[in-house]
Amino acid sequence: MLRIDRSIYDEIVAHARRDHPDEACGVVAGPAGSDRPVRFVEMVNAERSPTFYRFDSLEQLKVWREMEARDEEPVVIYHSHTATEAYPSRTDVSYASEPNAHYVLVSTREPDTVEFRSYRIVDGAVTEEPVEITGTADPA
Amino acid sequence: MAIEVSIPTILRNLTDGAKTVEGEGGTIGELVTDLDKRHPGIGERLVEGGALRRFVNVYLNDEDVRFIGGIDAPLADGDTVTILPAVAGGMR
Repeated sequence: MLRIDRSIYDEIVAHARRDHPDEACGVVAGPAGSDRPVRFVEMVNAERSPTFYRFDSLEQLKVWREMEARDEEPVVIYHSHTATEAYPSRTDVSYASEPNAHYVLVSTREPDTVEFRSYRIVDGAVTEEPVEITGTADPA
Repeated sequence: MAIEVSIPTILRNLTDGAKTVEGEGGTIGELVTDLDKRHPGIGERLVEGGALRRFVNVYLNDEDVRFIGGIDAPLADGDTVTILPAVAGGMR
């Protein structure tokens, strides 16, 4: 199960909408071992493509080093599909390399409907998991 | 020539869980050969057909080695090498 704060959920969806029709991608970092996605990091899609995404290699190094320095890990790795459903493709599965991450897929194929789904991808096996959106209490 | 190599999570099963290991070599290619002797199996995860695998990023200090000679990029004592799996995918 992925528990994610409403504000981060909204940022992921907004990024996917903004980059449509290209695929959008990024990570949400969290304290190592906590399974809590708390720090939203939007990444450049180096492919700038409607059918493919890849983190820019130098940006990835910078972000991974930041996480290392803060004792964080990539709790969520997200990307969008712009014409197909929010389900990992064969390519997504073959390149999945963070066995501890929640792989979030957002589809922007429908302008008015949000498809936001989460998966574990370990050794080529895809398991969908429920997503629970938690609210932040507004300051009184 | 001691080179410190940072190992990503997905390859730590080959390094007994170590996040960083030491290796030696005058080039990235020689370093990979040396790493494979110390941690059997790691070589094929990094190199295929004499070139670095497309979906593995190898950095020499702060540079992506693809832009500075790839497997032939020269190493100097005290260099740091970081390995990260590329994060990529597509709709098919």
